[in-house]
Amino acid sequence: MSIFKVGEVLPAKTYIINRASLVAYANASGDQNPIHQDEDFAKSVGLENVIAHGMYTMGLVGQYVGRMAGSSSNVKEFSARFTKPVIVPANTDVELVVSATVVELTDEIARLELSVTCNDVKVLGMTKAVILL
Amino acid sequence: MLNPDLVGRTFEGVTSTTITAESISAFARSLGEPEIHLAPPTFAITISLEQSQSVLVESGLDWSRVVHGDQKFEIYTPLMAGMQISCNSTIESARVVAGNEIVTVRSDLINAGEVAVTSWSTLVFRA
Repeated sequence: MSIFKVGEVLPAKTYIINRASLVAYANASGDQNPIHQDEDFAKSVGLENVIAHGMYTMGLVGQYVGRMAGSSSNVKEFSARFTKPVIVPANTDVELVVSATVVELTDEIARLELSVTCNDVKVLGMTKAVILL
Repeated sequence: MLNPDLVGRTFEGVTSTTITAESISAFARSLGEPEIHLAPPTFAITISLEQSQSVLVESGLDWSRVVHGDQKFEIYTPLMAGMQISCNSTIESARVVAGNEIVTVRSDLINAGEVAVTSWSTLVFRA
């Protein structure tokens, strides 16, 4: 018996993104593109400011999905479209708000659609996951 | 522009990556998870994206113009410390939209002869 119901909205969680967390992600992932760390460089290529790695944002959502699934080992599929950049000004904690709706249930899996916003702007689109029950 | 003949071609990784407990915990910590031994769902990107980069740069694309468009993972076996992963990357599609080149690369992460994770990255090379 699943603990989920189709149509159920799972509790939202807020993740904090700041310059220090982008440096930590760059070091852990190996993605050292300066647009994620160097404000002057980011502006020189036409960005408003430093932006978060898309995969950092998706990684945080992956942690949310893993938590909802009971363990990251229960996450079977996970996909997203990088719709809008998450802009991270200096000395600022940016809030990423993640929630999920259960859109399909079988005996084995639940299919989730996720909402991922920053200042009420959707930053990831078509964010979906399949988790093992 | 990417040579259209490369679409459908698979590039086998020349080296393998041994996943360490340290690399998993550093990645998990950077995502705010203090103690974890299983790789986070997106950990495969640390292996697949580097390989995609080397394949596409060798094929003549300018990595400094890249923006990540879409990403998908299918996880058959969660990645764990001790696995020795080789990565085969296939250019699945390439098209030009408004001067931007949109390339989808599928990366199969193989452990002990079996695909553990498949990662699809759609990368947009801005005009």
